[in-house]
Amino acid sequence: MGSTNSTLSKIPNVEELMQETGFTPAHIVRLYDRFEALDKEKTGHLRPQDFGAINRLAMNPIGDRIIGAFFSPGQETVDFHSFVRILAHFRPADKKRPKDPSMPEPVNSRTSKLKFAFQLYDQDKDGKISRAELLQVLRSMLEMQVTEEQLESIADRTIQEADLDKDDAISFEEFRKSLEKVNIDHKMSIRFLR
Amino acid sequence: MSVRVALHSPTGSRSFLERGLLLLVMLIFLEGTVLTLGAASSPDISAQDNTGGGHDRRDDHRGIAGSHEHTNYTYTKKAFPVLSLDYHHIQVPFEISLWVLLASLMKLGFHLIPRLSSIVPESCLLIVVGLLVGGLIKLAGEEVPPVLDSNLFFLCLLPPIILDAGYFLPIRPFMENIGTILMFAVVGTLWNAFFVGGLLYAVCQIEGTYLSQVELLPCLLFGSIISAVDPVAVLAVFEEIHINELLHILVFGESLLNDAVTVVLYHLFEEYSGAGEVTPTDVILGVICFLIVSLGGIAVGAIYGILAAFTSRFTSHTRVIEPLFVFVYSYMAYLSAEMFHLSGIMALIACGAVMRPYVEANISHKSHTTVKYFLKMWSSVSETLIFIFLGVATVAGPHAWNWTFVSVTVILCLVSRVIGVVGLTFIINKFRIVKLTTKDQFIVAYGGLRGAIAFSLGYLLDKDLFPMRTMFLTAIITEIFFTVFVQGMTIKPLVDLLAVKKKQEAKRSINEEIHTQFLDHLLTGIEDICGHYGHHHWKDKLNRFNKKYIKKCLIAGERYKEPQLIAFYHKMEFKQAIELVESGGGVKLPSAMPSQVSMQNIQPKKLPPAVAERALPQFTKGREEEIRKILRSNLQKTRQRLRSYNRHTLVADPFEDGWNDFLLKKQRMIELEKKMTEMSNYLTVPAAPPDSPTMCRARLASGDDFKAEKAGAKVIPDPNAFYNIKASSDGVPTIQVDLASPQSPDSVNMLNEFSKRGATDQGLGQREGATRDEDQGLMMKLSSAGKEEKEEGGNKNPGLMRCLSDPGPSNEDEEDEPFLP
Repeated sequence: MGSTNSTLSKIPNVEELMQETGFTPAHIVRLYDRFEALDKEKTGHLRPQDFGAINRLAMNPIGDRIIGAFFSPGQETVDFHSFVRILAHFRPADKKRPKDPSMPEPVNSRTSKLKFAFQLYDQDKDGKISRAELLQVLRSMLEMQVTEEQLESIADRTIQEADLDKDDAISFEEFRKSLEKVNIDHKMSIRFLR
Repeated sequence: MSVRVALHSPTGSRSFLERGLLLLVMLIFLEGTVLTLGAASSPDISAQDNTGGGHDRRDDHRGIAGSHEHTNYTYTKKAFPVLSLDYHHIQVPFEISLWVLLASLMKLGFHLIPRLSSIVPESCLLIVVGLLVGGLIKLAGEEVPPVLDSNLFFLCLLPPIILDAGYFLPIRPFMENIGTILMFAVVGTLWNAFFVGGLLYAVCQIEGTYLSQVELLPCLLFGSIISAVDPVAVLAVFEEIHINELLHILVFGESLLNDAVTVVLYHLFEEYSGAGEVTPTDVILGVICFLIVSLGGIAVGAIYGILAAFTSRFTSHTRVIEPLFVFVYSYMAYLSAEMFHLSGIMALIACGAVMRPYVEANISHKSHTTVKYFLKMWSSVSETLIFIFLGVATVAGPHAWNWTFVSVTVILCLVSRVIGVVGLTFIINKFRIVKLTTKDQFIVAYGGLRGAIAFSLGYLLDKDLFPMRTMFLTAIITEIFFTVFVQGMTIKPLVDLLAVKKKQEAKRSINEEIHTQFLDHLLTGIEDICGHYGHHHWKDKLNRFNKKYIKKCLIAGERYKEPQLIAFYHKMEFKQAIELVESGGGVKLPSAMPSQVSMQNIQPKKLPPAVAERALPQFTKGREEEIRKILRSNLQKTRQRLRSYNRHTLVADPFEDGWNDFLLKKQRMIELEKKMTEMSNYLTVPAAPPDSPTMCRARLASGDDFKAEKAGAKVIPDPNAFYNIKASSDGVPTIQVDLASPQSPDSVNMLNEFSKRGATDQGLGQREGATRDEDQGLMMKLSSAGKEEKEEGGNKNPGLMRCLSDPGPSNEDEEDEPFLP
């Protein structure tokens, strides 16, 4: 406990952070340790290269997108607060939360999780997943194993299936609708972040 | 259909009801009489054996040996017996077949009676039938055959059901909930066994029950027999209530995995019942035994599964015996495990689950369908027989009814199950992301049905070691009846009452597939960032290992490189193509369009020459068959088509859903026509009127030459052929109609892609290749094809065969979920 407290004291605005994200002190400490381990040059900020140093992430087909998600547009570094805020999306949802319409949507609710995933698809942030963006994702996921035509026909079919307003792109609502049968809470939660 | 009719007309329903009941009664009588006959004739035979001393019965009938019971022979010694009755010659197989026939006819009968099958689960009805048959036999004064013999049960009746369950086990939900399932299976069963056994012993010790001779160990043994949830009963009941996947897999998984615990406990207590006590060493040995039994069973199953997968890699030339490998290897896995007293059930499950992804990638579509249907058929028959035999055995077996014992058993089982489930869920929920609600717990507890396994285990008990065996059997049967009848019948209304989530129609869309894979990658990445070795990390590692090493060994040809997403996509496309063909009456050609681009790309870009050799032999015979088939079907359908085709069906039919689709279709059709007119300028294919489908396709095939001139070739023989045929609009309108058919977005899709393809030069030749390949390589041969096309066709053959040669029923969608988690 002593080490927890001492670590906690090193972090500015810890209470606010915990309040916002819902993490417990133990979690915050663990994440802080990880943050420091990644931050090899001890600058207190993470840069894309630090993320790139994680080997397994390099093998991940959408690794660079994930890394990109940590950095707000225009920013070169990410500090601990932003780091934690992004990871808070992956906390398991609290079922017992009272639905308070005045409060902002909790960051780990189903909608927020889906929004986060949506943003990973939608790189140009226009609120829609266009065909080109979908193709990009498919290309990176399927790597070298398929031909262009195959990708295109899959992309066509995907959009056709999901696209309800026929604008040849997938909006967030359509995205959400196509995933209504999937248990997002389960799929997009990491156990230890409880 | 009959149900609907029956429900609408009361008189109709009554006649059906009457008919159904009459049928049932007749069948039961028939069965009873034949069996009685059989039973009656056997004493004769035994008598014969005693007196005649001739083992060769044929001698008897030829009247060679002389003095025999059949006095007819002494009279007609000279005359040749033209017609004679020789029942005992064929008795055993005949009776077996009769039982199977009875079982199947019963199943038929139940579904003819409309309301009965919705109120009472099949298992109950079957037990009742068994009771009736047994009663009939007893009435006839004959001894009821010991049908639920443990050997027969464990070696013949149980394996098909378990194999069916294991082969089609939904791996993803199973693995996701494996912790919970194991907790319920191991800890839950142990708890049940000791609770029931212990308390029973305590009750027996009470004065006034006259049960004080029942010792502790037999009680514990009884507890362990009766505490195991039975997979057969669970399957039978849960299948009808269509509960959501999570609960289904929880209860079902538990029923499968508790076999190891039951086996160990059973053997442990049985061994030491003679000795009279169990020492701590024995307990430790028991734990070790448990680990060996379960892990050993899984290992045995996995080994046989890998063997089967490896064998299936080489079966491309002998497709007809492919299903046999699946069955034989699995059965041998079961037998091998049973040989070492390991858990046969776990071996079967492991074998089926391990071999499935590789075998399915290797075998042809027909074999796949065969495997599926045989498994379903055998497991269905087995299940039916088991329940009927339970009924018969109830009537047959010596019973020792003891009110206290039996009632206490039933109550204790229920109580212990509830306590066990609630307690375990409390602990488990601390580790689960998606918690189990009270409703879930109730269903899990209530769904803990006991079945024939408990009975067979009880039957196996040695009469000498366990004098109270008959009492045990009676209690077991009562418990089984209670769970199957009371719980089985009431679970459906309870599920509705409690509004438990039902199974969703598992039509997985490509969106879901893509997005779930995306999320998998995302979560793996996040776990890596957090430095957390979680669920996704290990799953990802396993997948990589699988892809890199295992698939190379076990999957034939180039197909191992096919990513899961593509396989899924192909499956969807094929299914749609089949639907289009079946419903529109159609033309195979356009229905291939949506997938044409993808279809031809089952293999990656670099094609090893080895593939060509393998591909070649598959063409000749198959092609002829296909020509014949196409001729037959198209000539038939031509007539149909001419009747139903109507250009105006394109335009609004407001009663059809997909109004928008129509407009879209029309729009695209117009675009398409425009494009075709453009392209017709470049035509070099002769514009002779198409006379027969084959010729028409041959013409299309001749466009194959264009493949060689890929560069800059704007010629599109396909649309040309289309255009031609369209213009002539005679004998072969097959191709057009599907464009117009108000079938599904498929046509839109096809047109969509078509128009898009028209715009690109690239992939033109490939597309043609695909269209041809579509007919199982029919057209490949017709042109002076290069090596590439042969390879394409050859490689595609298994996949295409999959699509077009055998349209299986589309209800089975849920089983075709992507098998790689």
